[in-house]
Amino acid sequence: MVFIPLKLAGEAAAPLGAMVGTDPAEPHLLVVPQPRNRDLRFAFMSELAQIMLPYIEGFATAKETVSGRNERERYLDAPQVIVPGRRGVEFVRLLGRSTRFRRSDGPYPVDPSVPVLGQWLTFLYERGELAGSSALLAMTDALSLHWATGQSPMEDANLATLLAWISPPPGLTGQEAAAAAENPIDRPPAGPDTDPGFDAQVLQPAIRAYDASGSPALVRQALRTQLEPTWRLMWEAVDLMRALPEAASVAERWAIDRDQYTREVTRLAEGGPPRGRRDQAGPAAIRLWDMEGAQQSYDAQRAYDDPLVMTEHRAAGKAFTGEAVHVDADRKILLPGGKKPVPRPLVTVRTSDPVRLTPGKRVFSVHRRRQSGEIVEIDGDLIVVQLNDQLAKGAGVPTPGDAVCFTELDLGGRIRPGFPTGEETPWTHGGPPAAYVPTDEDAVEAWS
Amino acid sequence: MNSPNHRLDALRGGVAPVDHNARTIAALAGNPGCDRRAVLDAAGIHKQSIAVHLGHPAPFGQSPFALDRARAFEELVKADGCAHLVRLLRETLGLSVPEVAYTDIADVGGNTAHQLRHTRTLAELRRAAEDGERSGTLFDHPLLKLPVAGHEVYLEPSVIAFQIRGRFHIVEIKSFAVIDGTADSGQVAAASRLSAVYVYALKALFRAEGIDPDRVSHEVVLVCPKDFANHPTATLLDVRQQLASLNRQLSRLTRIDRILDHLPPELTFSLEQSPAELARAIRTVEARYAPECLSACEMAYFCRADARVCGSVDVLGRATRDELGGLESIDAVLDLTAGDRLTSPEQAEIADQLRYVRAVYREHASAGAEAVA
Amino acid sequence: MTVPHSTPYSTPHSTRFPTGGTAETADSADSAGGTGGFGSAAEAAGRATAAILADFAGGGHRGVIVDSPPGAGKSTLVVTSTLELAGAGERLMIVAQTNEQVDDLADKIAMRNPALTVGRLHKDGFQVPERVVRHPGVTASKKIDDVASCAVVLATADKWAYVSGHTWKWAIIDEAYQMRSDKLLAIAALFEQALFVGDPGQLDPFSVVDTERWAGLAWDPMQSAVAVSARLNDLPVHRLPVSWRLPASAAPLISEAFYPFTPFRSGTAHGDRSLEFTAAGFPASWDGTLDEAAATGWALHELPSRHTIRTDADAVQACAALATRLLRRGPVAHDEHGSHVVDATRIAIGAAHNDQVAAIRAAGVPPGVTVDTANRLQGREYDVTIVLHPLSGRRDATAFHLESGRLCVLTSRHRHACVVVARAGIPELLDAHPSTGRVRLNVPVKFPDGWEANHAVLAHLAAHRVPG
Repeated sequence: MVFIPLKLAGEAAAPLGAMVGTDPAEPHLLVVPQPRNRDLRFAFMSELAQIMLPYIEGFATAKETVSGRNERERYLDAPQVIVPGRRGVEFVRLLGRSTRFRRSDGPYPVDPSVPVLGQWLTFLYERGELAGSSALLAMTDALSLHWATGQSPMEDANLATLLAWISPPPGLTGQEAAAAAENPIDRPPAGPDTDPGFDAQVLQPAIRAYDASGSPALVRQALRTQLEPTWRLMWEAVDLMRALPEAASVAERWAIDRDQYTREVTRLAEGGPPRGRRDQAGPAAIRLWDMEGAQQSYDAQRAYDDPLVMTEHRAAGKAFTGEAVHVDADRKILLPGGKKPVPRPLVTVRTSDPVRLTPGKRVFSVHRRRQSGEIVEIDGDLIVVQLNDQLAKGAGVPTPGDAVCFTELDLGGRIRPGFPTGEETPWTHGGPPAAYVPTDEDAVEAWS
Repeated sequence: MNSPNHRLDALRGGVAPVDHNARTIAALAGNPGCDRRAVLDAAGIHKQSIAVHLGHPAPFGQSPFALDRARAFEELVKADGCAHLVRLLRETLGLSVPEVAYTDIADVGGNTAHQLRHTRTLAELRRAAEDGERSGTLFDHPLLKLPVAGHEVYLEPSVIAFQIRGRFHIVEIKSFAVIDGTADSGQVAAASRLSAVYVYALKALFRAEGIDPDRVSHEVVLVCPKDFANHPTATLLDVRQQLASLNRQLSRLTRIDRILDHLPPELTFSLEQSPAELARAIRTVEARYAPECLSACEMAYFCRADARVCGSVDVLGRATRDELGGLESIDAVLDLTAGDRLTSPEQAEIADQLRYVRAVYREHASAGAEAVA
Repeated sequence: MTVPHSTPYSTPHSTRFPTGGTAETADSADSAGGTGGFGSAAEAAGRATAAILADFAGGGHRGVIVDSPPGAGKSTLVVTSTLELAGAGERLMIVAQTNEQVDDLADKIAMRNPALTVGRLHKDGFQVPERVVRHPGVTASKKIDDVASCAVVLATADKWAYVSGHTWKWAIIDEAYQMRSDKLLAIAALFEQALFVGDPGQLDPFSVVDTERWAGLAWDPMQSAVAVSARLNDLPVHRLPVSWRLPASAAPLISEAFYPFTPFRSGTAHGDRSLEFTAAGFPASWDGTLDEAAATGWALHELPSRHTIRTDADAVQACAALATRLLRRGPVAHDEHGSHVVDATRIAIGAAHNDQVAAIRAAGVPPGVTVDTANRLQGREYDVTIVLHPLSGRRDATAFHLESGRLCVLTSRHRHACVVVARAGIPELLDAHPSTGRVRLNVPVKFPDGWEANHAVLAHLAAHRVPG
């Protein structure tokens, strides 16, 4: 689902409008004709919920059973929301934050779908913080992973100029097309911030017209001009991305997104409360651990999957490829404290890469994932690696002449240590915090 | 040789200089390595006019909605003799301010002349400083003065609060939201740099008046809307690092003559020349373009266009430029990579690296082509 | 007494700890002049240790913090405290950050008291070195149940994180400024009271992910173990006032540049230490630099200004060649303990990046000379160090290059002399550095600022410049 939100300048999270949908031919245009009116804002959120919730909840149908140590059910597919850029991702966080504590009863009631949407937007944002998740993507980030341009990373954060470099119109160079795409009249900003000139010359009169007449037509028209060009760019980018071959680890990563989606569906069905405003000590530590683990796995997977990504690591001396010129497959050694010798084959690799690993360094085989070894000796362009595991199945040892690649990049997967729960928070971290209970105050938090 | 001030006047081409303000002073730290910007700023030249004349206007502007919001929020905080502010100083910051006097310095018999307001500010602050601990006072619409590059600059902080533990505090009112105790770190940084200018000016003023400058706190009271509401909240900002940086930038401004010495004596940036002539004149002062300039300097789009025409590696960003180890142009990089250029000894290492990466890329590009075929 | 939230005010001298008093344990105004200074410095250090032990073992506080500038006797304090507590029949756990640190402490404790039972807990597959297992009192194991009964159990923070089912009354946490808050959280249930020992001027913990989400929280997991405990508790802070490592030529600069609010001094005076070359040989172009370093304790080996890639061949070559030439000249160090030959193991070369380290090693360094990054040199000590300046050859300074802790580690490992290798032009680079960093609400400002620290060090080195 493509989601392009706009916000009112000067406000933290006052929605102005959005274009959203799953079909390039059928964008839904939602507007807030007077963004300072809170009832209209909540009406907008409710309208957004009518479109997003059926999409998000619609994946909770067919399940599979995942066997193994942690047997569980998992939905076969999961939602994916794509916004134009990182500012859009941040706006999703703020929309989630500003709606998840709302209630459908009490002093300032909202439509029951609004807090549910708030919970889902929060879920998507928090998934998106973990490397390798595809639940919530910034299109500019996704494109930058696959294409390099002749402009700076800062300018690559602009969807219009980035796409102009990637696929310039016929007759123009990337640089010319990008220069043309900077004109805010032809290529309005991809949001959530709007062009100040547009605000002054078009939007302000349109909002005044609404105040006078009660008709949102002018505001709708104004916002359509700002959103439609980006909508077309977003789908152009979706087509570009879909034309790329899928990397080997994508299925594994998407399975994690599906797992987490399944958990959230269950949690919400059981009446799970909205997430607190900030993390407490324990959850913060757990989340940092998970984020670092995800980043490590993702970096390694990308390099393992894509030889061009591995090139960067090879150039930096953290990986090397070459030919196995000699293999001592039957070597056995006695480990310190061990009773009988265990197999520890040696592989000698000839490489032309500028290796900067040193003897003793733990390395992993790219061709036999999860097999680790250590560098025993480096002599000129010859590197001897001792293989330490994944040997029992027989297929673990290369034969002379094989192309091999070893790297220090670790796919990760360590078990997380136990962190204290809220009531076990030790004195070093301030002791047990007051448990978070969503309060009436949260629910009626003023939305000026 | 003319005095620096005469030179700067000549550069401006007879037009009156634009006044510095807290924002332009704070911006001095944005790219201090750029001679072009240093000269234009020191001469008080209106950079946006130059950029427009050159055909490369910067798309800076503020939305009317943002301006309305900022104005409305400041009015709210200051309403009823800063009632909200007093409450925040007491509650949020836990200060025991027994009795608060409110003085509107702009209220000088209807006369709003700068010099008059400044004189009154000075008198009120002096009285408060000598009065000691007895009263807490808020000064609204104060006007400070700071000499910058030979010119007096008037500065208008939001409010000055006296008597938070015996020290004067700058109060800065901003309309960006503080949500769950956090705010956009770029906007907080901008607010810190801006308030550091006021703290600096107030300290300078105290020093000139023979009052201990340490009676001005390096902690600024930042007042912002809380969460999604209009309701204000306050946070203390420690601006010591911004003060140190400001101190360095202001002392550099006085050394502008070192740059001026290298410029042709007849040079002028007068808008009465043709754009091409003006562009030539501007180019005699070296720029240090980086993509970050695009959001900070009115001249950036002109400098970027120039950098692109020269094929400078500056357009790729500071990180990439640094990795290219001193290569200045994209053509030089490509030539070295392709091996079409004789390598000077200094370029040997970077050339090796580039060629290695090229070889590996070609290996995979051809492997990919075979797979497709 | 605990203070649940820090007050928004910080006093000028306690920028790291908005709450919590600072216990000045020694009069740092003592002047170190001649051997009299040495004596009074020793007394000052002794008083500091006694006060710390009284505070910790006295039980009035759940935690005690000891700030130790470089070479101020941190490990001695850890060992002494351990023996004292164990001598009184108490069981305790010791946490360090790397296996090397754990092994060093285990070795020292066992050496001081061979009768003590010492458990060295380690991860599966780790080889505990001979210098540790040679002591009869030491038991090494990967399982906590094998060592839990020992009077003292040592392990890395990473290993302790997986221990459960045992508790200790006392914990000593070494290099606590390099330990992240989340790592402390994982082990804090194991102990009741803790002594945090560390050097606040060295490198802060870091993460490869964006941690902005927690900025400003009192329990932000990215802070150091010391920062979080001090922010949420009212803990006494002691300082070790005397550096026994840094010579009189270095302590004032390091103190002023990196510890602006907590000055310390050298335990030795000018003249107590000297470096002498015993072999002349043919004069070489490196001799000017080495002579300056031997005579003054500092040398800036300055190469012509140029922007280079990180592994600048000239600078890398200079580092390796200076180490080689230094050894050839037969250096002998004279200090308060006597005289000794400075062999390769007493020399280190430090750099900012791993690729620089690899390049220097590849350039041909005499066997035995340590070459490593600042991160890995933390806590180590040498007679002479050679430092590839992090800003050498750079066009723009990044936050990484400017981090004051990095330069502090690199310039404070030596007992006699430090040679800095750099391209000319760093002052201009600092001048051109934009101050546009981000600011987060409620995050204590860190001092010293990297810019100011770099500037102070360069200003000092300017007087020791030798063109290379």
